[in-house]
Amino acid sequence: MIQLVPRQGVSNGWQIATPLLAVLATMVAGGILFAIIGYDPVAAIRTIFWDPLFGPAASYSRPQLLVKAAPLILIASGLAVGFRAGIWNIGAEGQYIIGGITGAAVALALYPLEAWWLFPVMVLAGLAGGWAWGMIPALLRNWFGASEILVSLMLVYVAQRIAAWMAFGPMRNPEGMGFPGSRNLQQYPSAANPELLTGTGAHWGVVAAALAVLATWFLMSRHIRGFHLRAAGIAPRAARFAGVNPQTLVAFCLGLSGALAGAAGLFEVSGPAGQVTAQLGVGYGFTAIIVAFLGRLHPVGILLAGLLLALTYIGGELAQLTMALPAATVQVFQGMLLFFLLGFDLLTRFQIRRSIAA
Amino acid sequence: MQRRTLLASASALMMALAVPAMAQDEPLKVGFIYVGPVSDGGWTYQHDLGRQAVEEEFGDRVETTYLESVPEGVDAERALTQLALAGNDVIYATSFGYMDAVMNVAAKFPDIRFEHNTGYKRAENVGTYDGRFYEGRAVTGTIAGRMTETNKIGYIATFPIPEVIQGINSAYIHAKKVNPDVEMRVVWAYSWFDPAKEADAANALMAEGVDVILQHTNSTAPLAQLQQAGKYGFGQASDMSSFAPAPRISSVYNNWGAHYVKSVGRILDGTWEPEAIWGGIGDGIVAIGEITEAVPADVKAEAEALRASIAAGEYHPFTGPLNKADGTGWLAEGETASDEELQSMNFFVEGIDAQIPQ
Repeated sequence: MIQLVPRQGVSNGWQIATPLLAVLATMVAGGILFAIIGYDPVAAIRTIFWDPLFGPAASYSRPQLLVKAAPLILIASGLAVGFRAGIWNIGAEGQYIIGGITGAAVALALYPLEAWWLFPVMVLAGLAGGWAWGMIPALLRNWFGASEILVSLMLVYVAQRIAAWMAFGPMRNPEGMGFPGSRNLQQYPSAANPELLTGTGAHWGVVAAALAVLATWFLMSRHIRGFHLRAAGIAPRAARFAGVNPQTLVAFCLGLSGALAGAAGLFEVSGPAGQVTAQLGVGYGFTAIIVAFLGRLHPVGILLAGLLLALTYIGGELAQLTMALPAATVQVFQGMLLFFLLGFDLLTRFQIRRSIAA
Repeated sequence: MQRRTLLASASALMMALAVPAMAQDEPLKVGFIYVGPVSDGGWTYQHDLGRQAVEEEFGDRVETTYLESVPEGVDAERALTQLALAGNDVIYATSFGYMDAVMNVAAKFPDIRFEHNTGYKRAENVGTYDGRFYEGRAVTGTIAGRMTETNKIGYIATFPIPEVIQGINSAYIHAKKVNPDVEMRVVWAYSWFDPAKEADAANALMAEGVDVILQHTNSTAPLAQLQQAGKYGFGQASDMSSFAPAPRISSVYNNWGAHYVKSVGRILDGTWEPEAIWGGIGDGIVAIGEITEAVPADVKAEAEALRASIAAGEYHPFTGPLNKADGTGWLAEGETASDEELQSMNFFVEGIDAQIPQ
């Protein structure tokens, strides 16, 4: 029999070391995988992790890292707050889609009005849409004890249907020759979310992601609500005795993570994506879960993890172009990363002991 | 995204690439961007066969690369830019949703030619290409009309867009022509590829008494259901010959190689122009798969004669007299539909007892 026995206290050193070990193990295991399917493992790893930063086209790909990482960081920051409290929002993808739709709805309803306040109102609508979509699992859990994991996940599929309906129905571009998809917001100056400083890639979503990192850091380490959240995650009963209302926490966490995911959706729909289509959701909401855990649910860790995941996306594209590496390998890579992280995590928090079966 | 830095890095890259060899010795670099994996057995697979046809035809004179599984939306513009920065001379974008991204990237790289599949936006360096799939549906519709015993045929449709509506109308018109008692049932799958949903759609149609099914969706799931029930269907996008001789009694498949070879040839000899190419059976882009022995010889001969007359341009599948489903007149005796009418088609012809979702 193999038993897992909790260790007495986990050192801070290991807390930081495990994600690094997981990245290293992913490189090694990924390299073995590449070698088995007939690619040069060293060249593949270099193309994925090095070339986007320092390769021949790095002046283009470096800013793109920010563009790709911003929504991941924004969503993961919100998710991590809930995860710390043991509240599992798995449906950020749905909140992202709904936020994108509600935000875009403001612009499409007012088209072709040009006004400085349009974009801020869109951001508010995106936040509100994501928040409302997150409140559905929160209220169902508080009122009926429904699992927020299942409800939030299932609502992703509802959100995807709504996106398809919008793209084919109410939001279809009247000048789009009957094809699905809304007007392109990139071509609507007051509603567009363009690059703010030339050459940096940074749009408002990047700014928002940076602010989210700062705000969640403040919340978790300096604010009493953060203390309650952490307490509820570590010792729910003790937290209750200390006067923490679990229902308030559920609503707060799902509302916050929903709102941030909704904002991410709005920044993408008005920027890199440009329009509401049936394929509005591209998996940021799910990848953000990996980012949150890879970043140890810590704001700074999430920042780094988001950039690392973005690197694997962009490096994966380069590896396809220069080495004809199949696209699926990037997904395998990201999966391995989470797998190794959770594995090493388990080993830092538990000891493996052999005991004789009774 | 910044035009100046982009151009700077692009031209630096071009110079780096151009130093070793110039002009004729340098192979033409041909890039493809795919929405699915090359192994999807349908849409992307057929495009990749086209890419291979280019390699076979031109050998050392070309060098092809592709990016697969690039979702429409936030990633498209970056992926296209990566293809451009990798030094491709021509880029084929093989999904409708890449349209605005192609236009953005093409504006930044005026020396690179782009061709966008199924779209309608063009520029100095952007052409479009598409297939007249309704021509193929005329042939399979004829076979369906002859083969049905219950006089009920079914159509698994994807999305209510002109291309799909053309296909439904064309299949119905030609089934009706050979079998005046035929009725058509339409199910909307709202997906291009969703095996579970397509199987459900096939079963729902069969439950209504349908015994021959045409599909616009790209998976083989309906054929698997038809096989169990002992009924007939057709391959779509790809030949799906593994289900021959029955239930797959013929197919309409996309032979993009016919276009790619022509287009790359024109670039090589310097005669390429940004065109709106809409090719049919006669151009080789739309192909009819083998009509199997499950189909009686006279029906097969009839279908092949129809194919030949369409290919020769002697017969247009939309030839009057034809009325719209609401009873209003459309085409007078002997009149044929214009391309403009077809490309914005949003009505069923008289006799189809179904609604187009709005």
